[in-house]
Amino acid sequence: MSDDVINVEGLTKVFNKHLAAVDHVNFSVKQGEIFGFLGPNGAGKTTTINMLITVLKPTEGKASVLGFDIARQDCNVRNVIGVVPQEYTADEDLTGLENVLLCADMYGIPRDAAKERAMDLLKLVELTDFKDKRVQTYSGGMRRRLELACGLINRPKVLFLDEPTLGLDVQTRAATWDYIRKLKKEYGMTLFMTTHYLEEADALCDRVAIIDHGKIVVVGTPEELKHSLGGDVITLSIKENADVSELIRTVEHVKDIKNEDGSYRIKAEYGEVTAPFIIEALRRKGYTVTKLSLTEPTLNEVYLEYTGKSMRDAEESREAFAAQRITMRRARGG
Amino acid sequence: MSKLNEHCPSRLHGIWALTNRELKKWYKAPVIFLLSIIQPIIWMGLFGRAMNIGAIFSGSNTQDVIAQLPPEIVRTLPPNFSAIMQNFSAFVMKGTFGASDYFSYMSVGIIAFMALFTTMFSGMSIVWDRRLGFLNKVLSTPVSRAVIVFSKVLSAALRSMFQAGLVLVIALAFGLQFGPSFNLINILGVFAIIFLICVGLSSLFIAITIRSTRMETPMAVVNLINLPLMFASNAFFPTKFMPDWLQTVAKFNPLTYTTDALRQLLIFNTDYAQLAWDFTYVGIFAVIVATIGIILSWRFLSK
Repeated sequence: MSDDVINVEGLTKVFNKHLAAVDHVNFSVKQGEIFGFLGPNGAGKTTTINMLITVLKPTEGKASVLGFDIARQDCNVRNVIGVVPQEYTADEDLTGLENVLLCADMYGIPRDAAKERAMDLLKLVELTDFKDKRVQTYSGGMRRRLELACGLINRPKVLFLDEPTLGLDVQTRAATWDYIRKLKKEYGMTLFMTTHYLEEADALCDRVAIIDHGKIVVVGTPEELKHSLGGDVITLSIKENADVSELIRTVEHVKDIKNEDGSYRIKAEYGEVTAPFIIEALRRKGYTVTKLSLTEPTLNEVYLEYTGKSMRDAEESREAFAAQRITMRRARGG
Repeated sequence: MSKLNEHCPSRLHGIWALTNRELKKWYKAPVIFLLSIIQPIIWMGLFGRAMNIGAIFSGSNTQDVIAQLPPEIVRTLPPNFSAIMQNFSAFVMKGTFGASDYFSYMSVGIIAFMALFTTMFSGMSIVWDRRLGFLNKVLSTPVSRAVIVFSKVLSAALRSMFQAGLVLVIALAFGLQFGPSFNLINILGVFAIIFLICVGLSSLFIAITIRSTRMETPMAVVNLINLPLMFASNAFFPTKFMPDWLQTVAKFNPLTYTTDALRQLLIFNTDYAQLAWDFTYVGIFAVIVATIGIILSWRFLSK
């Protein structure tokens, strides 16, 4: 309990009486870590975040943020957290600075302090030059950075990021990652983020929870999760036309082997060490290895293993969703 | 509860920030601002000048009518009939509208009408805020739910008060005549009654739209109740000539009391008992609907 910033026990949200979007979820987030919620579309990521930021009321279960109960002390929770939502929520008709100051007012920060903080934050997200321009004229990346500045105005102890890089190009995504790392390093902030980008979870998160159908399937550091798959994958082919599966299986650390038309797919722990032993074993029996490759598992494989889905499908529908948002914004801008 | 929330800022903080945000959209957009000024001018020009009811009884119109009458009827009329009619028309106007000209009567109705139109948009903007995610963000800050709703109500009321002042100035330029008991303090009364009715109507429209995620539904509802609310009142014509059922509707319509209060303050010889009752009725309406709006905001702004 002592260093748990977020504590969730049996948290459940049921929509329309029978659709459990989040189903008895348990996890905790430690002080100063970046905790990632990874899952396909509709897995319950945003519903969970909305309950933690007290926008949604849980149907069942308990959760606390910095010791404040999300249901009974919702106002206290809102006061100490920062939120960077999935959508661009800034007011299009106001300038960047006005938007940040509006956020400050909502936390009751006195004007003088608010101005100072706003300028600092706009500098942090590199929007100082655009502070007096209307948000209408901002690019996607600039809007996302503005959201970040708004989410930080009350100097939150915990920052919630819902899909922080959704719909951003590769460059802007990398820049956003840098801001997030900076927040963790310089302010010791605890970050809770949802994402569907595996490489994002891998690069940023200290721990990851994979959620599917409203349930957490596994929690751990990216390394642990990858390791839980049973190590690396070695793929090799031999010159001779013979089945050497049984031979390879005798090599230490080899856990599993599949013969796919003369190409062997071997699961092994410590692949880089095991591979030379396999080559040696084969050579001693007179076989010649013609091709060999070694792949360390990525979160993609972890994801596939635990949810049974490739990430690509989910990713495409997400991009479509982002595009729809942009269309709607244009419709409004006229 | 208050003990648990001791770290929270005051219950009312953020209200001015959110109200000002709404107002900025209006006064910082020159086109919208200009249109909101032109709109009452057009309405007044069209309604007030097109429906020139006083002219029906004027001397020249009476002569035109007499010219078309069959001679046996004309023979029964007194010789100076058109002069009598002209004299009489002033009393008809006074007796019907309580003012010597229809324009004065109608332009006061326009003030109430503008208030009704302006408040409609307060309901629309909460749907936009929901669709664009702004609402979700505000909900995740310590701003109280009631403040979110009330800032919309307040901004609608302030806009309407500004427009009421503007309509009044324009109406004066077009020839509005103040009643005999008018004095400058009455202007404060005008703003007070506009404030009350706007709080009521705006809360009503927000209560209608608070759960909506799309524009079409509230738009249709607003269109449905907007004009009936207008015409089932005394805004453009006295209720006493309406059929009984319509009179009953008008009797419950808060707009009737608003317009009456405005007329008592501006163009009638003020009947203070009636004025007090007008204020009481509109005030009670405002308090009840605003309370409903705030209760709904607690219930529906968090799911």
